[in-house]
Amino acid sequence: MTVMPDVQVLSFRDAVREGIRDAMRRDERVFLMGEDVGRYGGGFGVSLGLLEEFGEERVRDTPLSESGFVGAGIGAALGGMRPIVEIMTVNFSLLALDQILNTAATLRHMSGGQFNVPLVIRMTTGAGRQLAAQHSHSLEGFYAHIPGLRVVSPATVEDGFGMLATALEDPDPVVIFEHGSLYNEKGELPQPAAPVDIDFARVRRGGDDLTLITHGGSLRLCLTAADQLAADGISAEVIDLRTLRPLDDQTVMASVARTHRAVVVDEGWRSVGMSAEVAARVAEECFYDLDAPVGRVASVEVPIPYPRHLEQAALPSVERVVAAAERAVGRRG
Amino acid sequence: MMADLPSLYRQMLRIRRFEERCAELYSGERIRGFVHLYIGEEAVAVGVIDRLTPDDAIVATYREHGHALARGIAMDAVMSEMYGRTQGVSHGRGGSMHLFHAPSRFYGGNAIVAGGLPLAVGLALADRMQDRERVTACFFGEGAMAEGEFHESINLAALWRLPVLFVCENNLYAMGTALARSESETNLAVKAAAYEVPSWSCDGMDVEAMSHAAERAVALVRDSGGPVFLEARTFRFRAHSMYDPDRYREREEIERWRERDPITIASTRLIERGLMDQEALDAIDADVTSEVDAAVAAAEAGTDEDVADLERHVTSGGVRP
Ligand SMILES: Cc1ncc(C[n+]2csc(CCOP(=O)(O)OP(=O)(O)O)c2C)c(N)n1
Repeated sequence: MTVMPDVQVLSFRDAVREGIRDAMRRDERVFLMGEDVGRYGGGFGVSLGLLEEFGEERVRDTPLSESGFVGAGIGAALGGMRPIVEIMTVNFSLLALDQILNTAATLRHMSGGQFNVPLVIRMTTGAGRQLAAQHSHSLEGFYAHIPGLRVVSPATVEDGFGMLATALEDPDPVVIFEHGSLYNEKGELPQPAAPVDIDFARVRRGGDDLTLITHGGSLRLCLTAADQLAADGISAEVIDLRTLRPLDDQTVMASVARTHRAVVVDEGWRSVGMSAEVAARVAEECFYDLDAPVGRVASVEVPIPYPRHLEQAALPSVERVVAAAERAVGRRG
Repeated sequence: MMADLPSLYRQMLRIRRFEERCAELYSGERIRGFVHLYIGEEAVAVGVIDRLTPDDAIVATYREHGHALARGIAMDAVMSEMYGRTQGVSHGRGGSMHLFHAPSRFYGGNAIVAGGLPLAVGLALADRMQDRERVTACFFGEGAMAEGEFHESINLAALWRLPVLFVCENNLYAMGTALARSESETNLAVKAAAYEVPSWSCDGMDVEAMSHAAERAVALVRDSGGPVFLEARTFRFRAHSMYDPDRYREREEIERWRERDPITIASTRLIERGLMDQEALDAIDADVTSEVDAAVAAAEAGTDEDVADLERHVTSGGVRP
């Protein structure tokens, strides 16, 4: 890889950390709170070194009290702070679901617009690391179901850095999902590093024959699949949704209207999930442009198993994406 | 600053008459949804809120009409909210259980048992981090003390020494579940004290006793900067909500508590001390009743929100689901 002088290459983990550091340097009101974010440096090492720079007040280790500290984040946001609450992983966020769904997402509405909650919640999501059935969920679709939240899913180093600052500007709660497999991935961060929008999907690779629609941890495998398809003479466009709520329908539909074929790739379970929502929208809005049924590649309907081969079989893979794409263009039965 | 007994009495009576009218309006189907009356417990909100300054914050439950009124939120706006009118304190979006009022730092109105406690801790955390010396008073029933959110919240407040006043309104029943059927330790102050939080109990039927206990509690929160737990021993005279047939309590128990009606205790004392005579009490009642009449008239005359605005107030940026 040639490194341009105005680009820094770093890992997704480092990019997220730099995003937090940058936000905390720029705004006194921003603080980070969660289990093991301080002394330990974050369950995934994201906040390593931040305690030393900002001190215990602003890099706040919490007890094991997901509901308590997420709710405290809501209250602190109401009180004029800009908290970043880290929930170690998505599975534990279920212990705080009351606060997220019943309070953060509803306060603005049930107060008739009087109280908004400028809170950012970050959590690690996803499978693929043999962590078995309780540590491998992808519940992005679950959260994207909830009016009152904004749900974002950074898939690149640039988004890992830049989405946080924009999320902190948002007057409403934003949930950021960081796929666990991304932390070690290296990528380019344009310099000077800057905030990025959290409104729009992005075309990550142009193509003409079909559109692969994905986000987060699945972007990489879609890009790999697109490479393989290209070798086979199939030109796939790859769209990274980036923001799962509200969905940027326009970018998706513009692409599908041009390619006439769509495959949605999401690591959540297939039923009633993110992929179902996107596929339904494509069917609603692009039905007459479609030359093939909308395809889906999602997780198999099973709690994620521990053995590697079973886990891999349950998750979206390059092979499954390629096969779905080939079906869409009529290369397979 | 402590109000005198006549004005504490008046505050309690405003709540009583307001809620009695709510019950009638409910039967008349002018008000719908879940409505939880505070009748019998008025001394608690009145006694505590009187000790707060306008800068302090309040977090309450679905049983919060009394707290809203005691805080000084206009009765018109509260009644209009009961009707779901745009003139309501939450613009009609909340109803009985979700009264919010930014200018008086009134943060609801949470209908999840114990759901407001973490929020109170966060408000206090924001004050601490921004060097503001304010108190956040958080009201909840004894039923909330069995919830994890109670334990998480009081632990956080104690651990981080945050200025939260936890006010447990122990009315002995969580819906139909008596305290002894839900708590291993029924002395709630003892339970809270396990978190190294100064904790004590007081008579929630006597507004003066309540006021003194609250004075001490609020002062301790302000002076120490840390949390205090106050258990107010009280009783709800009515059913849990308008839906509740109230089959789980003995009539004698309710009657026994009615003998300690906070409003009667206060009025008797006013007369005994020669502060007021029956005529003066009647005048207050007439005054309060006309305030309620006016609130009902305002709510009746209020406007319903246009259905075209259905998707308002979801996010700040408008609608794009
Ligand atoms: C988490 C939760 N569980 C159950 C309920 C249903 N519920 C509403 S009020 C209530 C009883 C609460 O009793 P308590 O906390 O003592 O307050 P009180 O109603 O007596 O004022 C219950 C079980 C609820 N609202 N929230």
